[in-house]
Amino acid sequence: MPRIVVDVMPKPEILDPQGKAIVGALPRLGFTAFSSVRQGKRFELTVDGEVTEEILAQARNAAETLLSNPVIEDVVNVEVVEA
Amino acid sequence: MTELPLIGEAVAVAAHPQLAGARIGVVTFPGTLDDRDAARAVRLAGATPVALWHADTSLGDVDAVVIPGGFSYGDYLRAGAISRFAPLMAKVIDAANSDAKLPVLGICNGFQILTESHLLPGSMIKNDHLKFLCRDQVLRVENNTTDWTRDYALGQEITVPLKNQDGQYIADEKTLDALEAEGRVVFRYVGWNPNGSRRDIAGISNAAGNVVGLMPHPEHAVEAGFGPEEGSGTEGLGFFTSVLNKIVGDNK
Repeated sequence: MPRIVVDVMPKPEILDPQGKAIVGALPRLGFTAFSSVRQGKRFELTVDGEVTEEILAQARNAAETLLSNPVIEDVVNVEVVEA
Repeated sequence: MTELPLIGEAVAVAAHPQLAGARIGVVTFPGTLDDRDAARAVRLAGATPVALWHADTSLGDVDAVVIPGGFSYGDYLRAGAISRFAPLMAKVIDAANSDAKLPVLGICNGFQILTESHLLPGSMIKNDHLKFLCRDQVLRVENNTTDWTRDYALGQEITVPLKNQDGQYIADEKTLDALEAEGRVVFRYVGWNPNGSRRDIAGISNAAGNVVGLMPHPEHAVEAGFGPEEGSGTEGLGFFTSVLNKIVGDNK
């Protein structure tokens, strides 16, 4: 069944405390190549049947109203993934 | 709301016959923790607490609403994000924005629900140190004209418990400047900033002053012997007497 993937990231201007903790942990494990980490969220919305334009529009709307908070987050990607 | 007498009878400190008729709704969501403490605080202040359930579609005849703390929906998605769409919240939002300007207080998770509802600007993210923090916290009253702070003196410092993980208040600079200019920063942290909140903000109000949200917990500092050791231990009670005086004043 097809899924619609929605990716949400903290806004660039907002310090991401979780990302900061992760970037601090990486070098302790020998991963020294990464100067910054930002942690976001990936949602997978399963659709029974075909993904129509109307359903995709619903997903975009849900991404803006419920899945993300526009004060602190951006919806960076909404795409259909065929199973 | 039935209350177990965990720590003795809840006897109103400032029992005034007019106040007992005031009805303060306390909303319970799945995962709310502090509804009973909030209800007890309402009773101690002299009013009648009314239990409201998130799935209710009516506020009944309450004169004000408290949205208490806890972890509604387990903080899944974002703290307060799912509760914000509860049927009762639509009524709370309408009543808060109506001409009657229903007084609404959001404490901790309740504050997060109010920002997710857009009744208050900004948002809360994880504490800058990433840890859950539980301590007594000194706050300074920056605005004593809201429905929930009129019994405090301007600049008064009060000590109430603080307990959260997602307590870092953030908003863009323009919003923060507007909040400051309009006197809508209602409480600031004193002594230290426990979570990285912008401009030490602990609580804010809407433009009309009927909606107030804060991260610390005034409802845990209402009863002598059970509140913070610093100060009187009952310095949170003023929230609840404030709104009662507002209600009674309006009914005069």
